[in-house]
Amino acid sequence: MNAILAVIRRDLLLAMRRKSEVLTALFFFVIVVSLFPLGIGPEAALLKKIAPGILWVAALLATMLGLARLFAPDHADGTLEQMVLSPTPLGLLITGKIAAHWITTGLPLVLLAPVLGIQFDLDAEALGILVVALLLGTPLLSLIGAIGAALTLGVRGGGVLLSLLVLPLYVPALIFGAGAVEAHISGLGAGGHLSLLAALLALAVFFAPWATTAALRIALE
Amino acid sequence: MNNKIINWFKYASPQSFYPLAGKMIPWFWALAAIFGGIGLWITFFAAPTDFQQGEGYRIIFIHVPAAWMSMFIYIVMAGWAALGLALNTRLSGMMAQALAPTGAIMAFLSLWTGAFWGKPMWGAWWVWDARLTSALILFFLYIGFIALQAAIDDPRRADKAGAILALVGVVNVPIIYFSVKWWNTLHQGASVSLTKAPTMAATMLWGMLIMALAFWMYSIAVALTRVRAIILEREAHTEWVKELPEVKGTGQ
Repeated sequence: MNAILAVIRRDLLLAMRRKSEVLTALFFFVIVVSLFPLGIGPEAALLKKIAPGILWVAALLATMLGLARLFAPDHADGTLEQMVLSPTPLGLLITGKIAAHWITTGLPLVLLAPVLGIQFDLDAEALGILVVALLLGTPLLSLIGAIGAALTLGVRGGGVLLSLLVLPLYVPALIFGAGAVEAHISGLGAGGHLSLLAALLALAVFFAPWATTAALRIALE
Repeated sequence: MNNKIINWFKYASPQSFYPLAGKMIPWFWALAAIFGGIGLWITFFAAPTDFQQGEGYRIIFIHVPAAWMSMFIYIVMAGWAALGLALNTRLSGMMAQALAPTGAIMAFLSLWTGAFWGKPMWGAWWVWDARLTSALILFFLYIGFIALQAAIDDPRRADKAGAILALVGVVNVPIIYFSVKWWNTLHQGASVSLTKAPTMAATMLWGMLIMALAFWMYSIAVALTRVRAIILEREAHTEWVKELPEVKGTGQ
């Protein structure tokens, strides 16, 4: 547990020293969300209907921006090799890194989403559900994305390849995340969607660090 | 018993598998041609015209086997990938790599023929039906696998990375399928459901099964041909490849 906290603290410290990277992903999220009304037209009823989908797709893309940086700098300066050699299990350290990635990219999205949701005329309850869904969903995105980031570490054209690998795997998170808000708006209740999202998160917390570790060991072989 | 085990592992080496595959390929091609011939004859001549769908329904004799193969091949590929990771055999990775393009083609074919079928039947090239959508995502997974393997220069690393991706994919395929299914049912359902298939005439069923066999044989033949090419490429530095009659003449 100490090891995880140490890794999180280190990654957060590094992120704070290079604030621009964190802020870039955040502004990317804001800009993508703001582009949709410009492309679709200012009709309030339509925008309200597609708002959850837009916010979720933008969150997927913004999370992906940060993924390429998840392991690459540590790989470049040799930190990653030291982590592999350290007596602490690599899986724990990787879990810490994924948690730090979520705190720097996922959590700001969760906090910012309600503000953007207001632009789309979502009511307070729908905004609450959006926040809960993103709170369950963004860690899932970080966990699944970490597998892709580890697989493409040091590979030619890694960034584009990463999106090709990871985006199809994000489909369930997108469906249940955006679906929760939509189900609430249409009066069906968001409970089922949120439970499924939480179930997926539980599965991913268990399996994703393990797969990521295996992929990293192959990359560093 | 002991002998059998040794026999199996004998063919795990590319050197002994290469000639074996070479011997098997003509047989699978022949079977593919025979089943394909019978299947196509049933498709065009023996199967009755559907009273609801007319002649257009005949495309399902290609569509359904292609869709089946696209799913089977992914599972087989993941199986080889798991074997490769567990036993660290070189041939497993080569088999997975050889299967991927065939699987991708099958997935593409099923989407393409599905669109041709959907236009006259549903009046739309594409509907966001659960099966169509998950088939599309399966196609993306194949493309991701092929792209990842192509991007990594070291073949051993490419095999292992591809194996992990294939396994992550195979865990996700059912999750994706059900999530898309629930997504679809919570939206307005598609007006025509594929799951409620009308009872089928026996000839049609037979035609479809024989076509499916033809697709199986074709896929095996193509995968074996491709794996032979991959073996030659990767083992080009070895003595036994240089000794092969088909390589010797070319003068490298």
